Amino acid sequence: MATGLTRFGRRMRWVPSVCNGRQFSTSFCDKDHNPPAKSFNLYTAINQALHIALETDSRAYVFGEDVGFGGVFRCTTGLADRFGKTRVFNTPLCEQGIVGFAIGLAAMGNRAIAEIQFADYIFPAFDQLVNEAAKFRYRSGNQFNCGGLTVRAPYGAVGHGALYHSQSPEAFFCHVPGLKVVIPRSPREAKGLLLSSIRDPNPVVFFEPKWLYRLSVEEVPEHDYMLPLSEAQVIREGSDITLVGWGAQLSIIEQACIDAEKEGISCELIDLKTLIPWDKETVEASVRKTGRLLISHEAPVTGGFGAEIAASIVERCFLRLEAPVARVCGLDTPFPLVFEPLYMPTKNKVLDSIKSTVNY
Amino acid sequence: MALSHLSSSSRSSTLLKPLTTSYLLRRPISTDSTPLTIETSVPFTSHQCEAPSRAVETSSKELLSFFRDMALMRRMEIAADSLYKAKLVRGFCHLYDGQEAVCIGMEAAITKKDAIITAYRDHCTFLGRGGTLLQVFSELMGRKDGCSKGKGGSMHFYKKDANFYGGHGIVGAQVPLGCGLAFAQKYSKDEAVTFALYGDGAANQGQLFEALNISALWDLPAILVCENNHYGMGTAEWRAAKSPSYYKRGDYVPGLKVDGMDALAVKQACKFAKEHALKNGPIILEMDTYRYHGHSMSDPGSTYRTRDEITGVRQERDPIERIRKLILSHDLATEKELKDIEKEMRKQVDDAIAQAKESPMPDPSELFSNVYVKGYGVEVIILSSYQLISILFFHDICYH
Ligand SMILES: Cc1ncc(C[n+]2csc(CCOP(=O)(O)OP(=O)(O)O)c2C)c(N)n1
Ligand SMILES: [Mg+2]
Repeated sequence: MATGLTRFGRRMRWVPSVCNGRQFSTSFCDKDHNPPAKSFNLYTAINQALHIALETDSRAYVFGEDVGFGGVFRCTTGLADRFGKTRVFNTPLCEQGIVGFAIGLAAMGNRAIAEIQFADYIFPAFDQLVNEAAKFRYRSGNQFNCGGLTVRAPYGAVGHGALYHSQSPEAFFCHVPGLKVVIPRSPREAKGLLLSSIRDPNPVVFFEPKWLYRLSVEEVPEHDYMLPLSEAQVIREGSDITLVGWGAQLSIIEQACIDAEKEGISCELIDLKTLIPWDKETVEASVRKTGRLLISHEAPVTGGFGAEIAASIVERCFLRLEAPVARVCGLDTPFPLVFEPLYMPTKNKVLDSIKSTVNY
Repeated sequence: MALSHLSSSSRSSTLLKPLTTSYLLRRPISTDSTPLTIETSVPFTSHQCEAPSRAVETSSKELLSFFRDMALMRRMEIAADSLYKAKLVRGFCHLYDGQEAVCIGMEAAITKKDAIITAYRDHCTFLGRGGTLLQVFSELMGRKDGCSKGKGGSMHFYKKDANFYGGHGIVGAQVPLGCGLAFAQKYSKDEAVTFALYGDGAANQGQLFEALNISALWDLPAILVCENNHYGMGTAEWRAAKSPSYYKRGDYVPGLKVDGMDALAVKQACKFAKEHALKNGPIILEMDTYRYHGHSMSDPGSTYRTRDEITGVRQERDPIERIRKLILSHDLATEKELKDIEKEMRKQVDDAIAQAKESPMPDPSELFSNVYVKGYGVEVIILSSYQLISILFFHDICYH
């Protein structure tokens, strides 16, 4: 039985897509000038970004549970050796304390890069993020802020993580003006977005798709580059339906796209990248072209960020829509143990929904 | 206590020294309950309270049951390891081998009316509360016969009829819950207490201190048991705690440091703690223990500690070996008889695994059940076509 399950939802290697749609603000998409790029997996790309962040800013710090030893997912490997134990260090097991501490550190003008071991464990720190980090600037009339704060946390399914190693809590943080929420889909994206998040003058929660840490491999430029926040990217152009996602789910949606195209349905695929503040214009422009929208994420459908996208796009494109906005998401249950394949917004579910939306 | 002058602080010498003579003439394998007094391996260290006596009353029957139960737990955990490696166990899996004496000693001092709540390292605690091997292995494999209907997995074992409030995944979260249980027990005057277990890593969570204050403020019959196995994942206790004297960290709450590798010491401490808690409110028990396995199945357990350290504990302090030596030195059973017990435990484990493998997967409808109480929430799941299709497909691959 267990082997049969792998037919669902297994992530493929991310297939690098054509660099069309919006341009990156960085040099690696600049076709005249191609700096060296080697293949790296996602955790190595994150590791590179952290090296660069610490290298380029002597006031940057990395800390979290077991981070000094490289962390559970090896993202912080080698940092303590390179930058010393005063800049890269282990914390006790106390998420609320970690994030509160990070906010204070950032308030003194430092870049505090805190790791929460799994996104499932970010909730003890929820209050610090929602009530302290997000509102510090606003309520002090811009005297203080913790803009140097970045909280990294691995999120999402891994195939067998069960209730507390699989959750996708991004929507909770998308309800908090003052925070930014960023989720990369691949190694190259992860490196550029993480560097932007670290250097952004606002507190950022950066969720990393843990399923892709080792699985996703692509060419990653070795130099220091940033990818813009709050800019979505059209990673596949099409004319019949717009598909929006982020993080690990994009590779699932892309597989569904490829299958749909075999059946003559042309899909436009958008990686949202930053969930708040999000790039409504790119999604709107696409939906104006296709007339249909499908959003897919792993988190439960009710109250997921897909709901916000759906509402905004209906407001903006009501008369242009030819079908109800579709959402293919996690089910409204806790993240299940053996029923993960059922719970997940699998390729077949996405494909099915693409077809019914197009044939509405 | 008159016997105390016999004590020496060295573990090995006191271990083998019978303190009473009632053990005589116990042949063949003894199951009688004539009292037997044995001294704990090391003295208790106390904080804000007077430590209990080192002389522990036991019996041949109890020692043999300790041996049997711990041998069963050890075997069960080792089998769980193999099942995990064979990819039959989904989810995360944390094993308890090395720490068995904490569970066994605690059970020997309390009743099933007392409540226990713990973290994710919960297999043996469940067994200690009267759970069966079939329930354990079925739950591990996510099958219908599991103690949580296959819906929780390794980290979420529960047993309501024995007041085992289970298996919690968020480090530290179970401790304030334990205070709530204790309040309810106190309110209903049922003379029962709650043992809330947590690790040395968890001891640094803010919730712990909130729980301590609450339970002391309201004199709750809560016993906070810190299972100090000296590591929270890869982090040694001293790296994470300014004071690794966890029994003292309640400040105004009394505490006792106990050799958690000595089932009899654990029993004595828990008995003492229960009496204390019913009379005076909370107390901390710090169990000095050790886990042999890595933190979870993805941790080989050898990068942050030396092999010598692990071997050293196995040779000097192993909880099962300690009881074996006591049984042999008191001539309560022969080496061969103990070996036979171990063999029998192995067989029980193998049989249970075979049976658990036959247990069906939970019905797919269980994915949606228990989110809310039926009819009292939003449990109306309107299945869209893709959900239905995948359920049918799931049925296909699971049952055919
Ligand atoms: C809030 C929270 N943070 C982090 C984790 C990940 N985690 C699980 S167990 C563990 C270490 C706990 O160590 P300890 O309390 O000593 O218990 P032990 O595993 O040694 O029994 C960590 C960091 C978690 N489950 N919950
Ligand atoms: Mg520990």
